[in-house]
Amino acid sequence: MLIYLPIAEISTNALTLLGVGAGVGMLSGMFGVGGGFLITPLLFFIGIPPAVAVATGANQVVASSISGVLAHLRRKTVDLKMGTVLLIGGLIGSSGGIWLFRLLSRLGQVDLFVQLAYVLFLGVIGTLMLQESVRSWYRSSKPGAARRKLHKHNWVHALPLKMKFRVSGLYISVIPPMLVGMAVGVLSAVMGVGGGFIMVPAMIYLLGMPTKVVVGTSLFQIIFVTAYTTVAHAVTSHSVDVMLAFFLIIGGVLGAQFGTQIGLKLKAEQLRILLALLVIAVCIKVGLDLLIRPAELYSVRIPGQH
Amino acid sequence: MRALVFLLLVLAALPAAANEIVGALSQNRVALTANFSGSEILIFGAIRRDPTEALAADATDPAHFDVVLVIEGPREPVAIWRKDRRAGIWVNVDSVTLASVPSFYAVATTAPLHQIISPETDAEFRISARQAIRPDQSIGVVADPSVFSEALLRIRERAEQYLTLDRFVHLDREILFRANVQLPANLTEGAYTTRMYLVRDGNVVHQFRTAIFVRKDGLERWLHQMAYDQPFLYGLLALAIALIAGWGASALFRFIRSA
Repeated sequence: MLIYLPIAEISTNALTLLGVGAGVGMLSGMFGVGGGFLITPLLFFIGIPPAVAVATGANQVVASSISGVLAHLRRKTVDLKMGTVLLIGGLIGSSGGIWLFRLLSRLGQVDLFVQLAYVLFLGVIGTLMLQESVRSWYRSSKPGAARRKLHKHNWVHALPLKMKFRVSGLYISVIPPMLVGMAVGVLSAVMGVGGGFIMVPAMIYLLGMPTKVVVGTSLFQIIFVTAYTTVAHAVTSHSVDVMLAFFLIIGGVLGAQFGTQIGLKLKAEQLRILLALLVIAVCIKVGLDLLIRPAELYSVRIPGQH
Repeated sequence: MRALVFLLLVLAALPAAANEIVGALSQNRVALTANFSGSEILIFGAIRRDPTEALAADATDPAHFDVVLVIEGPREPVAIWRKDRRAGIWVNVDSVTLASVPSFYAVATTAPLHQIISPETDAEFRISARQAIRPDQSIGVVADPSVFSEALLRIRERAEQYLTLDRFVHLDREILFRANVQLPANLTEGAYTTRMYLVRDGNVVHQFRTAIFVRKDGLERWLHQMAYDQPFLYGLLALAIALIAGWGASALFRFIRSA
């Protein structure tokens, strides 16, 4: 079934879009990741302009986070105060990212920038995931190995502007969470991701937050920052494609349902190694597109469009 | 058929002075909808021979006419970028801007264009796509701007936005002509001027113009317009859809599973 995407201005098969949404949704259901960092590069591969892929990716993250946010709010596993600090940082970061995006798009370099960001990012994430999952696989096969100490005092506790975060049981400076929020905000604007895979480890290892509030609090920040990013992209570069987002969301929700079921039945460590390898494969594909001499060196762009 | 009769009547009513061409289209409007997969336009018309000339000419050797049909989409500025290797990766480096090029261009003829019109005529009437993109008006600091305009032609020909339809015009008894032109799915909205040239001995003898109006229709038109005219509202709409679809679908699944 061929449909016309009004903003990407291309005709594409609705089943392909549902398939991309479902595939990524399944992975996110299996692993509990947002999946934005896989959806956007997959959209590049099927010919969606990178600017549209990024802005629509942010919109899709809003949809995939909402039920999680509501569930965590009901269970009261959200540190609203910490979430608000992260959110303020996120909004600042996202605004900066939008500005950068506009600047690069005027210079004709936005596609390159987004692709480079993805290569770097997926490379780092994939390698870390692979390392971590191989290590934990090794550890699970050898019980009784030493566990890492979770909470320790570091430079974070020496900074000024301290604030009490009761839900997290922390008394720390607002500067580190603000910076974490900002970094995630920039990523959301230039890459169309939620940024949970950066924020969650940062909250645990850098801020020392208890794990039970980490996921809820990060989702709380993500949904507001991606919502802001969606509207900001719509206003500044008209690059959010509602039609594209709709099919991705429907596919994503369907896929996530099955993914959760599958994830419960399969062995976590081996699966995580597979996800890591998948992330690295996508990274290599995006990277090769930059390294191999393209068949057509020229490209035509209509100013003001994508 | 009724249109053809009408055309012949119009031709008969024209002052009898010279050779003339008059034509029409099977449709003047094309609506682009979500499942638009292209549409076919029939262009047809007739040639009116100069009666004095027709009498004078040798009946066994009638003067030969050719017909050139041009469909030109709305003009827009384009930037053509060229990639080059920088630090190992392929990056857009040089660009040339053309101020006004057709978004769609089709030339349908009775015989290959270069055989029936002279290069001077082509330049004067801007008939071929190469003339229509006005490569002389390029802006950009590169040594070889012509390579960029050639690249534009190449890319758009490959994307079937620029079409050369040699021998697509069927000329019947040197009087009636018709051509089917397939319009692609990725059309830009606007007025598509359609020019019909009557050609003899490499020169344009007469021309006729009409237009096709292409507009997006239905939901896509509404969404596209809203995205550009009311971007803030459109952003909120995108959010609302995401929230309702995301929450609604998972609520539905919970309900199904609990039932």
